[in-house]
Amino acid sequence: MTREQVENFLYEEAALLDAWRLDEWLALLSDDAVYRVPSNDRPDADPKRALFTIADDIRRIRARVTRLKDPGAHAEFPPSRTRRLITNVRILEKKPSGLMVEANFVVYRFRRGEDVRQYVGRYRYHLQVQDKKLKIRSREAVLDRAELGSLGAVSFIL
Amino acid sequence: MRLVVNEPKAMRFEVNRAALVDPAILELERRRIFDTCWIYVGHESEVRAPGDFKTRTLCGRPILLCRDSRNEVKVFLNTCRHRGTVVCREPEGNAQRYTCFYHGWTYDRDGQLYAIPGQSAYPPGFDKAQFGLKPPPRVAAYRGFVFLNFDPDAVPLEQYLGGAREYIDIVLEQSPSGQMEVIQGTQEYDIRANWKLLVENSFDDYHLLSTHATWLDYLKNSGVEMKRPQKGEMLPAHGVGKDLGNGHGTTDNINFRGRPVARWIPIYGEAAKPELERIRAELVSRLGEARAKRVADTNRNLLIFPNLVLLDGSSVSVRTFEPLAPDRMRVRAWALGPKEETPAARAIRLDSFLTFYGPGGFATPDDIEALESVQTGLGAYREVPWSIMTRGMAKDGEQLNTDELHLRAFWIRWDELMSRRDKD
Repeated sequence: MTREQVENFLYEEAALLDAWRLDEWLALLSDDAVYRVPSNDRPDADPKRALFTIADDIRRIRARVTRLKDPGAHAEFPPSRTRRLITNVRILEKKPSGLMVEANFVVYRFRRGEDVRQYVGRYRYHLQVQDKKLKIRSREAVLDRAELGSLGAVSFIL
Repeated sequence: MRLVVNEPKAMRFEVNRAALVDPAILELERRRIFDTCWIYVGHESEVRAPGDFKTRTLCGRPILLCRDSRNEVKVFLNTCRHRGTVVCREPEGNAQRYTCFYHGWTYDRDGQLYAIPGQSAYPPGFDKAQFGLKPPPRVAAYRGFVFLNFDPDAVPLEQYLGGAREYIDIVLEQSPSGQMEVIQGTQEYDIRANWKLLVENSFDDYHLLSTHATWLDYLKNSGVEMKRPQKGEMLPAHGVGKDLGNGHGTTDNINFRGRPVARWIPIYGEAAKPELERIRAELVSRLGEARAKRVADTNRNLLIFPNLVLLDGSSVSVRTFEPLAPDRMRVRAWALGPKEETPAARAIRLDSFLTFYGPGGFATPDDIEALESVQTGLGAYREVPWSIMTRGMAKDGEQLNTDELHLRAFWIRWDELMSRRDKD
């Protein structure tokens, strides 16, 4: 796997999330995938020992998508408009189990009647290669802000 | 202007929406509520060893919560006695001394002024002992929860807590030693709404069915058993709302949503069953069957007036919040767990927390959206000035958790304090 292949994969993922094509996004995940957003003051913590903002196993990721597709998920109805910029993609390690990848992100989030909210941080990915295709085994979005503050809730998929 | 209309005979209870919008009301609240009530600072477990500290801003004041050289918990106003700089600028850590970087005044762990550069230039009467870090006028703790009060004449904390103590005690009985600790990881976020809307929301069970329909679906889809509500009720389990005096109040209801101590639901997974059974058995042996049921099978959302909430449901959350503007608040929330909890039980507790609570949970974001939608609607407060809060008012005796007795109790106390004259 080259960095270009990893970048293409991350760009495709970002496009799916920005378009709210969440079922297609789920197909990028392995059957044991996790999705995490650590608390801003504990960016390197373990969710078994520290409170996170989000610490989903694959069952809860799927439940999250089910919820987000429901108009009763009021925080995302109407859905936020997001635009993700992903840069500084680095393959940190190639292991038999896959690739450890980091990338910087800025996610611009627009909601009705509001100024833009800018979520700035880095992704930590564990990507697997299955049938010559990349799959997400672990996906962690680590925010740079010291606290969520005016970013408010992380009700969309960051 | 009357802000709270409370006429029991006429079955009227209305809150003037100006109370949620008007900047002049917020200014008055700062003096008459936040400067006279006991305000939550933090938990003793957040600082453990001599020199440990946390800094936070409370009621506009920079606050240092720390352990002194004898390992006693102390609270200081984090401002240099020389010119005012905050002497500790980090959010947390351990300090041998606190040095103000501006001119180099240095305080020890006990808050005493330890050293000042060029002391000989001060006039002969200058006495270092008079210039230690100042504590707030009153500081007190109840079972690990540390509070301050900016009113030197305030009633003692235990008296202030009054009827709320019984409910704090139930929460703490989850721990074999009666000691709970704040778990690392802070959820700190703003809501674009008046702070009192979060007071209401934090123990308003009326909104559960409509606001949290997707959360209820999540539980159902995960195999959690949901009984049909009894006649006259709205939720799968019976619950009541209580006025605990002094503006405090709580919901008190039978659990249906799972609890780390100790009611298993399928979301926890089969592997969690033995651990929950072990916790249950410890509760029964320590407290007896009846009290164990009370601790493990009932939930409570407890408001300590004016701005501290203990949410004892899907997990335990300590939540506090304060106004930044009439239409904006800062929320801080933590998870609380028994000090002696096993790693397995801790993991269940933290996972269960996120099924509902917090800015990434399956319910809290919709609460935030509800409060922000209210605040937007309040733009019409001049044309539509009154909010109705009469649920349960015509009933004698028990009030349901979906009634509004406990919300009214908050507003009645708020109105009493706001109607008092300022001292100076």
